[in-house]
Amino acid sequence: MKPITEKKAERSTNVRVETAAMDALMVRLFDTIDESNMAWVIAADQALRNAFGSMLIDLVPSYTTLLLHYDCQQLTHSEAIQLIHKALSGLTPVDTQAGELHDIPVWYDESVGPELPLVAKRAGLSIDELIEQHCNHDYCVFALGFAPGYGFMGLVDEALATPRLKTPRRKVAAGSVGIADRQTAIYPLLSPGGWNILGRTNVPLFEHAKRGEPLFRPGDKVRFRAISREEFEADGGDTTPMEERP
Amino acid sequence: MSQAAMNETQKGLVVKQAGPLALIQDVGRFGVGHLGVTQGGAADWISFRWANWLLGNALNSAALEIVMGGGLSFETEREVRLALSGADLDVQLDGKPLAPNTSFKLLPGQRLEFRQPRQGLRAYLAFPGGLNAPEVLGSRACTVREQLGGLDEDGKPLKVGDRLTWKGAAPAVRRIPEDQGPQMPASGCRLPIVLGSQIASFSGRALFQAFNQPWTVDNRADRMGVRLTGPALHGSLTGIISEGIPLGAVQVPPDGQPIVLMNDRQTIGGYPRLGALTPIACAALAQCLPGTEVWLTPVSASQAQEDYRKQLMVWKK
Repeated sequence: MKPITEKKAERSTNVRVETAAMDALMVRLFDTIDESNMAWVIAADQALRNAFGSMLIDLVPSYTTLLLHYDCQQLTHSEAIQLIHKALSGLTPVDTQAGELHDIPVWYDESVGPELPLVAKRAGLSIDELIEQHCNHDYCVFALGFAPGYGFMGLVDEALATPRLKTPRRKVAAGSVGIADRQTAIYPLLSPGGWNILGRTNVPLFEHAKRGEPLFRPGDKVRFRAISREEFEADGGDTTPMEERP
Repeated sequence: MSQAAMNETQKGLVVKQAGPLALIQDVGRFGVGHLGVTQGGAADWISFRWANWLLGNALNSAALEIVMGGGLSFETEREVRLALSGADLDVQLDGKPLAPNTSFKLLPGQRLEFRQPRQGLRAYLAFPGGLNAPEVLGSRACTVREQLGGLDEDGKPLKVGDRLTWKGAAPAVRRIPEDQGPQMPASGCRLPIVLGSQIASFSGRALFQAFNQPWTVDNRADRMGVRLTGPALHGSLTGIISEGIPLGAVQVPPDGQPIVLMNDRQTIGGYPRLGALTPIACAALAQCLPGTEVWLTPVSASQAQEDYRKQLMVWKK
């Protein structure tokens, strides 16, 4: 990784602000997904929240961008653009070591993770080796979205990268842990979805989001840990197989 | 609880028959997009506000959004003045027709029924002081997919036996001036769109087609998104790195058929976009029945803001 000072000079001139809607602007910082982005995206998130204060309606950070929805009764479009540039000039990255590390116990099993064999076969691994590989990395939380508390995490090892299912499932159980391309994530609640499902966790994501306190925040790290069916059940985990759900 | 044991304020409007979709809504849930929580809120926010205005309510008071009607009916347990705005869903009070965009009195035992759309798609029913419902993350908006909001905080639409109660007592009796009030879109409805995002990635031909021919509202339309059908639009991008999605975003998936993302949209997504409909256009689109022809009409952000402020001024008089 390059020293941070060098990156700062390189990045701070690179903020692009695009019109997204009548009262929303897209702040574009990067063109590719990289774990080192997060130090800048989080810093920009804080700087914009401070600069806009009560003029901010919503701010949604993602992998390379922040979508800023401002109050157009207080600011014009051009005033908002100016305020963004002012807030982000001389931005310094936050210390991403400060992000929390979450330990997520997962029961990896074909009954609740029907794509285990598919992902393993594509990677040329046994199922045990696949599980070991998926657990063998601290994943960065890039963004929250799609559903309350849903964290987009990555990047999974290139060998495990698997495209989304051709036809999404109508119902993916809450707690399902899946892979799509080089991303990995946990479904917070029962929802449709096309990710390759490897297992299930009993860690609540939705209840946290419902209280406004998501378990994950962008910049956090997540480590999956394989547990047995007994441990999963003892923890109150729902062992109903994926395909048998009503 | 027996009716005799109830005191007056516990009495309310009881659901006798559930229609296809009746949801408690306010203006929506803001400041929580970074949690992955959708905005929600009344899809036709203009009619929603008129309904509250008719009773002299705060304009963000929780009201009912009723889609299609479909036989949804209520019986009241106590006298109340309610207001109705938005679509004409052939509403009847004890079998007698009620005009949309008016307030009316309901006496104990009387029955209110929402039948079928005659003009528009979504009606709003406002209650004195607003409906009683728990606030979740700063809003009473009911979002089904996220299981948030509504009477029991589980995002469920109204069902038979639900009892609606309200916060206020004697409401104002107001009439909407003749030249104002909600307009239900006719065919050929213009939808102002603020261009932006990945507009340059679309071919010249695609841009010409986008803005110079009518689009048809598809039956794949709900509170999350409305699909428009017409000639396929193509550009140099098929997908992009997932990024935040504003209200009204017109995204174009690989099949070239645009989808307008509405109140219950997912917070981030990865299809290229032409731009975003203005909030006023979103309100109009929310009233378009499948088959309606609509035109995308580019407008500048500053013009859109001026139109928006003008709309807000109407309720301040």
